[in-house]
Amino acid sequence: MARKSVRDSKTRRIYLVLLPLLALLAAGNLFYGAVPIPPGEVLDILFGGGGDNPAWRIILTGSRLPQAVTALLAGAALAVSGLLLQTLFRNPLAGPSILGISDGANLGVALVMLACGGVAGSFGGYMATVAGAMAGAFAILAVIVFFSRRVGSNVMLLIIGIMVGYLVSSCISILNYYASADKVRQFVMWGMGDFSAVSSAQLPFFSAAACIGLVWALLLVKPLNALLLGEKYAANLGVNVWAARIHVLVCTGLMTAVVTAFCGPVSFIGLAVPHIARLLLGTSDHRTLVPATALSGSCIALACNMLTVIPGTGMLLPLNAVTPLFGAPVIIYVIVNRKSIQYFN
Amino acid sequence: MSTAVFSDVISCPAGSAPAVQDCALEASGLSIGYPLGRGGGWKTVHSRVDFVLRRGELTSLIGLNGAGKSTLLRTLCGFQPALSGTVRVLGKELQEYSSHELALTVGVVLTERTGAGGLTVRELVALGRQPHTGFFGRLGERDREVVSEAMSAVGIGHKAESYVSELSDGERQRAMIAKALAQECPVIVLDEPTAFLDVASRIETMSLLHDTARRQGKAVLLSTHDIDNALIFSDRLLLLPAGEGCGTDAPVVSGSPEDLVLDGSLKAFFGRRGMNFDVRSGQLSTGVSGPKVGVDGDSLTARWMANALARNGFTPVLPAEGIPCVRCLSPTCIEVSDPLSATPVTVSCISQAVMSVISRQS
Repeated sequence: MARKSVRDSKTRRIYLVLLPLLALLAAGNLFYGAVPIPPGEVLDILFGGGGDNPAWRIILTGSRLPQAVTALLAGAALAVSGLLLQTLFRNPLAGPSILGISDGANLGVALVMLACGGVAGSFGGYMATVAGAMAGAFAILAVIVFFSRRVGSNVMLLIIGIMVGYLVSSCISILNYYASADKVRQFVMWGMGDFSAVSSAQLPFFSAAACIGLVWALLLVKPLNALLLGEKYAANLGVNVWAARIHVLVCTGLMTAVVTAFCGPVSFIGLAVPHIARLLLGTSDHRTLVPATALSGSCIALACNMLTVIPGTGMLLPLNAVTPLFGAPVIIYVIVNRKSIQYFN
Repeated sequence: MSTAVFSDVISCPAGSAPAVQDCALEASGLSIGYPLGRGGGWKTVHSRVDFVLRRGELTSLIGLNGAGKSTLLRTLCGFQPALSGTVRVLGKELQEYSSHELALTVGVVLTERTGAGGLTVRELVALGRQPHTGFFGRLGERDREVVSEAMSAVGIGHKAESYVSELSDGERQRAMIAKALAQECPVIVLDEPTAFLDVASRIETMSLLHDTARRQGKAVLLSTHDIDNALIFSDRLLLLPAGEGCGTDAPVVSGSPEDLVLDGSLKAFFGRRGMNFDVRSGQLSTGVSGPKVGVDGDSLTARWMANALARNGFTPVLPAEGIPCVRCLSPTCIEVSDPLSATPVTVSCISQAVMSVISRQS
């Protein structure tokens, strides 16, 4: 029992680190941005004060606050999506972007933006984008499920996912070729990833969708744990494997599509964060892994969002220029050390 | 630790006959097969499989590759439907079980690699409690007790907090068996549990499964290619002949290993594939037989003398007129005689005796 309690206290310690870190990074997102605002003013405005400069109030409540909430929820949703896919496909390198699901959402958005007239900031336009992203993501999910029944090997399935991603990208290139330069620019900007695209008005919808996905994932922990043993063992433990697979895929599709529609195809969070969480916790038990993955995803998304601001210049880097800086080294580390990492063996 | 943790325990001391030998699983007129690729339809492997699994007994399913062992086991576990016929588990037809009821009745251990390396042994075994726990799989006091009991029953309690990835193949197999025990099913089905194990782990695993069947009154069915250990540890053998596709339509034979050896069933079973089953040693050899050489004397020396002769292309038999004979007086004193020369030659070890027999042959 000695090591068991060590493990429990380790889990508790990690939450004790992650939760304050999350608060710290969220605060960082509010206090630090392209436009310098004195910390006292930030506090004043957050606690309902008017602030000295009305522009500061608009920046904080209209931009930084929704952006921090968006990053927090988007990071959690993407990371949990990745975890669910990695467990379902029993492949530690699965993720929304690798399996082509993000590309599917991408194509849906491209069709809406380029073919149907774009998103002129209107709520209806955004809803069309979300619907497009969902349709695209679910279409690719259906293709992946179809192939997962025919192809036994997970590596082969992963390669099929990558190929489907290329096919979808080529469709997008063709769409771009025929679209006007203005729309193409808008689409390319969207494709670089951005947590600032969710306005205060859209935030409730975005938050609700992301939270539904996250709660849904928490409700799936028991079948997810059984699926660690493979589908036959899971079935023998009384899990309805077919239903569990559909739940996981629809939940993943919902979260990926919503985040992609609003923030663009954000890379690496879905792929890398589940590994960080597993390495931190030292367990594959989803009862602790799902919350820890969500928390780590939020922290990393908030950190990446802060890193997009180039200090002192007021300039912003694209989000997808920052996420690989942390994500790629994590994946390389995991692959190089796979022989000594428990969950690979 | 209470002894009444396993709900379906039929208490009886190890080694003695179980108190009750009631039937746990009964297959009658069972037809098994697998789906044929994209054209649809099913390929029948066996069309008349009849047998019974009893509580407290270890049954070994023996058949050559392609005979349909895995297909039969998958059918019994409900992973695939029977083409026709019935499987009754505890008196109720398999199709009438809900997936949850089945999870409480038939526990399986498969050959496939799991992705459970990141779980501790305790967490892995605790997964066996899933059919007993609530929506989130939270373990209660009794669940934890059953998990601990299952781990100590297979002798892996000392590794409870080790990661599954740190276990040897034999320990992994034990952990999976503990998972099946924690499931508290009256029937346990194992697909080639000794396939990837070394000799020592094979014997330990078979012995463990036999004890489990006896002590806990479970019906244990396993498939194996390991005839030696199956003869030693099984209460019952199930001989699955090559299927219909192979041109034979022999029925499934079941019985205690000793009865099947003595009534010639095993010899006939392996004879169909040109293999020779030696009813004395219980060992298989290729059916090719060379010149006969008589062997007798000290039983230990004679046993290994026969081994050496068989390897060198001879067929060891009991001594008779008109054939060369080897009389093993002791491991260091062996007489070799042949019908042509009157005086036997005495040699001091088996390899010299073999040389002597070979030289007389030519």
